[in-house]
Amino acid sequence: MEYKATKQGYADALRELGRENEKVLVMDADVAKATLTEQFEAEFPNRFFNCGVQEQNMLSAAAGLALEGFIPFASTFGVFATCRAGDQMRSSIAYPKLNVKIGVTHCGISVGGDGASHQSNEDIGMARTLPNMTVIVPGDYEESRLATHAAANMEGPVYLRFGRDKYPVVPEIHGSFEIGKAKTLRNGSDITIITTGILVNEGLLAATTLEEKGHSVRVVHMHTIKPLDTEAILQAARETKGIVTAEEHSILGGLGEAVAGIVAENHPCPVQRVGVMDTFGESGQSQELLDLYGLRAPDIVEKALKILS
Amino acid sequence: MLNKEEHEILKAKAKDIRREIVTMVHRANSGHVGGSLGAADIITALYYHIMQHDPKNPEWEDRDRFILSKGHCTPVIYAALADCGYFPKEDLLEFRRPGSHLQGHPYQPKTPGIDACTGTLGIGISTGVGMALGAKLKKQEHYHYILCGDGEIQEGQVWEAAAFANKYKLDNVIGFVDRNYLQTDGYSEKVMPMDPLAPKWESFGWKVFEIDGHNFEEIIDTIEKAKNEKQPVMIIANTTKGKGVSFMEGEAEWHGKPPAKEHFDKAMLELT
Repeated sequence: MEYKATKQGYADALRELGRENEKVLVMDADVAKATLTEQFEAEFPNRFFNCGVQEQNMLSAAAGLALEGFIPFASTFGVFATCRAGDQMRSSIAYPKLNVKIGVTHCGISVGGDGASHQSNEDIGMARTLPNMTVIVPGDYEESRLATHAAANMEGPVYLRFGRDKYPVVPEIHGSFEIGKAKTLRNGSDITIITTGILVNEGLLAATTLEEKGHSVRVVHMHTIKPLDTEAILQAARETKGIVTAEEHSILGGLGEAVAGIVAENHPCPVQRVGVMDTFGESGQSQELLDLYGLRAPDIVEKALKILS
Repeated sequence: MLNKEEHEILKAKAKDIRREIVTMVHRANSGHVGGSLGAADIITALYYHIMQHDPKNPEWEDRDRFILSKGHCTPVIYAALADCGYFPKEDLLEFRRPGSHLQGHPYQPKTPGIDACTGTLGIGISTGVGMALGAKLKKQEHYHYILCGDGEIQEGQVWEAAAFANKYKLDNVIGFVDRNYLQTDGYSEKVMPMDPLAPKWESFGWKVFEIDGHNFEEIIDTIEKAKNEKQPVMIIANTTKGKGVSFMEGEAEWHGKPPAKEHFDKAMLELT
């Protein structure tokens, strides 16, 4: 299996966008080497602004640049954009619905060695509760590239979530990308697995395991958390016996709760959530942490069997 | 330099604005009267003498920008914008009411003449320096006037913005600290000391002027000087909170307390 960084998809798209549109600017807060925005800086030094270690000013200043007609991509780690600069995301960007793109890397438990201080498992919840905010969590390198283009091509604030590590390349999610439109990767009638972000690969592996046990499995990849593709969710609720959600994020506030809310209000069916429990992470290897915190295909299978049995 | 006639006009305008402030907050029974009254002379000088702006064309690309970083003082800016003709004066009756574009804190998408959303403290100056950087990129020559509260500058973000303006040599930024030494919880040097203030801004790479924020000549002459500087400028404007209404002057309790009927009548008598 090929592995590639989702943040590289972001960085590649930024350079492509830089060549197409001179209104595209990139900002970073002293993590340009880690977010890979230094690659944009190398090509467009005059359209790159390193704000130093000041995420709050970066996001409000990005709002100022958007007011002047630019398309700023403000980049930092997920935990800093949402937790450190949550007010600026809310008051400077979301409230006036400005055309700022917040591209964040190092999200989820797979940050690895840096530990809980840097492992952003809450950011989807924080971003999706902001009115006007579009929230996209791409599944692999190529989808990250496509999502970044899509974000640039829409008017309004977007939160783009990427990881630190290299993650499996999943050809099933390549091709087209439409914000707010989930991708049905497999059709099935017994149970639905809804994934977001890098857990799409685990979702597909889980589906294979379940199919080998004789179950018909639908896999829906929900790359956009907001606006949520409620039709795809309700179709799954109507046509299969239940839903397992899978995300590299807390089970609180993220995809799982979003899906459960839609289903409970419109067409109740069993929902099981795979995600980080209500706990902080710790240091470790990226891959071993995904095992330790229960974010693997066997965890999805286990939850699915709970519904199916 | 102001001639006598110009000076009289500004004085009269400032009084009109103060009347509107007291009326707006009284009618809404909500809002920030003290800080609005204190900033009325600076706002008057900016909107009626200094700034290049066009109420008929609020989005004019080359207009000077104004950012009310101390976003709670909407009454003073709404009064000035309405009087300039950005929107009908009747709209002021709806201040802080459901459905009104005149929100408690400035909402740029809906209110003509408001250049940025503010309200949580510190974000306005950051948005302002971002706009100023944008203007540099577009090779525009207008100025960005940013009014900060002296309580507001206790926010760390203000100093992030200060460093940023220095890095990008934003000589198109002219800020004010409305130095009235009072904030919600009382005397600002007791709540959180910020003096000596001028050296703080200077050490961040800003040119600092200190003025009487109620003296039109000083305000205007200093801004004209500020325009010639090749660095961002902060004007520390010494003001009196509640200025113009004797019983509100220098009283922290009038930071966020609306005047009831009795106080309203008394205030209006003083402002006629």
